[in-house]
Amino acid sequence: MTVQTLADILAGTCLISGALLSLAAGVGLLRFPDLLSRMHAATKPQVLGLLLILAGTALRLPNVVDITTLVLVGAFQLVTAPVAAHMIGRAVYRAGQVRRDLLVVDELADDRAGGPGSGT
Amino acid sequence: MIVVGVIVSALLFAAVALVLVRIVRGPTTLDRIVAVDVLLAIVVCAIAAEAAYTRDATSLTLLVVLSILGFIGSVSVARFSPRSRR
Repeated sequence: MTVQTLADILAGTCLISGALLSLAAGVGLLRFPDLLSRMHAATKPQVLGLLLILAGTALRLPNVVDITTLVLVGAFQLVTAPVAAHMIGRAVYRAGQVRRDLLVVDELADDRAGGPGSGT
Repeated sequence: MIVVGVIVSALLFAAVALVLVRIVRGPTTLDRIVAVDVLLAIVVCAIAAEAAYTRDATSLTLLVVLSILGFIGSVSVARFSPRSRR
């Protein structure tokens, strides 16, 4: 077994795992009852699935320029995904679209009820 | 590698179909923007898998543009979504 074959097998495993995570996100988006839990499912292909597929692509394209582009994409996704999720979660909570019967603990409710800085 | 290509494309196709169902059915705008974000991530996955399958690095620059686009889109929609009026 040559190094090329081994790299191809590893790349195939990474690609299939990433695609499986994408499918899991699709199922989760369809089945979960709440927007916050749907956001939990939505992060699967955004971070781990994408990184697995980028790793598989890097194994198939062993070239410095291509690997630099792939690392750039992965790093950018890692930086921006939490920011976007934070913004969406904040908008969801402020719009009151959270199902309270599904929450275990709601620490923001005390801040909303009273306190001087709650009016923003 | 052909088997891997078929499996990966089938899985991504099923995922896109499920996400599209959520985009159509989603009761609120925020549901839809979460689903659109996932759709964009799956499209990025599909383009990267295509590049890996054909060993062709032409479409890799698209991935950078798509990730920037997804971030800007979801943040702006979340930023300007209407507040609650209660």
